[in-house]
Amino acid sequence: MKRLCAGLLATAIATFALGGAALAETIKVGVIATFSGPNAIWGKQFKEAIQVYVAQHGNEVNGNTIEFIYKDVGGPNPDASKAAAQELLIRDGVKYLAGFDFTPNALAVAPLINQAKVPAIIFNAATSAINKQSKYFVRTSFTLWQVAVPAAQWAAKNGAKKVVTAVSDYNPGIDAETAFGSAFEQQGGTIVEKIRMPLQTNDFAPFMQRIKNSGADTVFAFLPAGPATFAFTKAYSENGLKEAGIGFIGTGETDETTIDSLGEQAVGLTTAYHYSDAHTSDLNRAFTAKLAELFPKSRANMASMGAYDGAHLIYKMIELAGTDGDKAIEAAKGLSWESPRGPVSIDPTSRHVVQNVYIRRVERDGGRLVNREFDLVKSVPDLGFDR
Amino acid sequence: MTVALSIVVDGIAYGMILFMISVGLSVTMGLMRIVNLAHGGFAMLGGACAHVLTMRYGVPFVPALAASVIAVIVIAIPLERLVYRHIYRFSELEQVLATIGIVFVMIATVNLFLGSTLLPIRMPPEVSIPINLGFKVLPLHRLIVIVVGLLMVTGLYLLVERTRFGIFLRAAVDNQNTAASLGIDTPKVYLAAFALGAGLAAVGGILGAELLPIEAYYPLRYMVLFLIVVTVGGMGSIVGSFIAALGLGILDTAGRYLLPDVGTIFFFLAIIALLALRPNGLLVRPS
Repeated sequence: MKRLCAGLLATAIATFALGGAALAETIKVGVIATFSGPNAIWGKQFKEAIQVYVAQHGNEVNGNTIEFIYKDVGGPNPDASKAAAQELLIRDGVKYLAGFDFTPNALAVAPLINQAKVPAIIFNAATSAINKQSKYFVRTSFTLWQVAVPAAQWAAKNGAKKVVTAVSDYNPGIDAETAFGSAFEQQGGTIVEKIRMPLQTNDFAPFMQRIKNSGADTVFAFLPAGPATFAFTKAYSENGLKEAGIGFIGTGETDETTIDSLGEQAVGLTTAYHYSDAHTSDLNRAFTAKLAELFPKSRANMASMGAYDGAHLIYKMIELAGTDGDKAIEAAKGLSWESPRGPVSIDPTSRHVVQNVYIRRVERDGGRLVNREFDLVKSVPDLGFDR
Repeated sequence: MTVALSIVVDGIAYGMILFMISVGLSVTMGLMRIVNLAHGGFAMLGGACAHVLTMRYGVPFVPALAASVIAVIVIAIPLERLVYRHIYRFSELEQVLATIGIVFVMIATVNLFLGSTLLPIRMPPEVSIPINLGFKVLPLHRLIVIVVGLLMVTGLYLLVERTRFGIFLRAAVDNQNTAASLGIDTPKVYLAAFALGAGLAAVGGILGAELLPIEAYYPLRYMVLFLIVVTVGGMGSIVGSFIAALGLGILDTAGRYLLPDVGTIFFFLAIIALLALRPNGLLVRPS
């Protein structure tokens, strides 16, 4: 209540300070993401989700028109990201920045938003440390710690005793290995072996042999969605690991945009993650139905959800604080709302989304594969922020 | 002992896929001497075609494979007549630039129509049945790939070494003018060889897709792999490519079994050492 009053007061002051003309202002939001090249799927998912949000909620907040401006940076490219942010802030006069698929792209704009006092809403980039670089960062996606720790806790509670971790050998993979390993050992389990697989691996058969030989009952895997996950899950199902009784637990490997291409081999894979497009709630059904209506070929995934909730947060911040960056950040802290993914809130310290982490299993649903939720760990914050 | 056997079996299976995806390049780059960076592009077009046929229209795998290979050859023939014919005369660097340009056009085309996600090819479910060899389990499609690879290397060896077409092709590549003055229709020979290379690329792309899945950026993602196999094998030698692919497959697999943390470095160091010792590749045809 106190916060609401403060918010209302802030809005009132902002309205008075800016005068009558401000009522008809156009507030611009710059979205920095990848719209071309091999990673163009990120920008596409972001943009479509924003358009769905606008279609559902209109483009006006308190009489101000909200305009989204999209800038392509072509992939993980901090220099391009910084240049795009500069152009958006100076030339276009944006009052909010958003997007950021890759961690380096988010980190690159930290000095700029500090100087300009402009909030930046991170739709994806999942490294915990980003939010420490600027108090203007707010994140609506997830962090690896946030999903890997619940995965470990759930596995320990459901009969896993000895786990082998198999991760792609790059920063997020090592984060996942550490997060899962420490949480699993805390629960009394044993990590029998830690396998790091080079990013360029095409043939995963040798690793499958090592997983088998390790004597583990479960493998925790972390790989980038796409070709690596395709080849890994194929190797998992074709080298008889399932038959040998070795369970699989992962995180975002079964992403909705690639899950159908994994085919039959994906059925039964268990993952712990924060969003599935098969989540059963009216809000999610409304979201996916609108997406299907506007973009019939698209499917919602975690990137869509990050952008959808990000757009919601921006609308909220504008409603409460207009274009005053500092006030907008204060207004965002502690906000909670019902999202299509479930109940979420913004943690005031880490400025990161607190959310349920769902345990899902891949199932066939008509002509497509879905991540069917069957268990959950409630209200998980960013467990990696204090590391 | 089990580990050694596993390395050999997994290595041969992986090496055979490496051979499949690069055999087309050992025809165009190895025999015809064009730096054909668009090789992976033909493999991708074949794979994309097989994806559309098997997933959208439910065509069974074998007819889809045949139709896709024919489709790629049909695309390759006018491309050779209109574009590649001029590229043959370019210097090596110009060939690199021209063919990489063709790759970008191919990537953009596939991206436009099919998007940038994985393009899976539906195979009969029987091929992913795990076969128990006693000391290890191997999916059936690896065995199929091994058999097809052996047939391909034998067939190509006979074609290049034992047929009139093989003699014409080798003559045309070694000295175009002399070959032409002896009555060999060199443009036709080149066209046939190029179409063969593109067709083989499509076969390799489709059969190798179990391990190297097809997507719009396939030609760039695996380009280094194709080039390594042909270079290590020695330009112009099909058998060389075959031995190189198997050797590299076993080497890479051994690295992943025995030294997993330095796996990739081990692989590239071994290639550097090999090329330092034999800069022209394992088997080089004396000219």
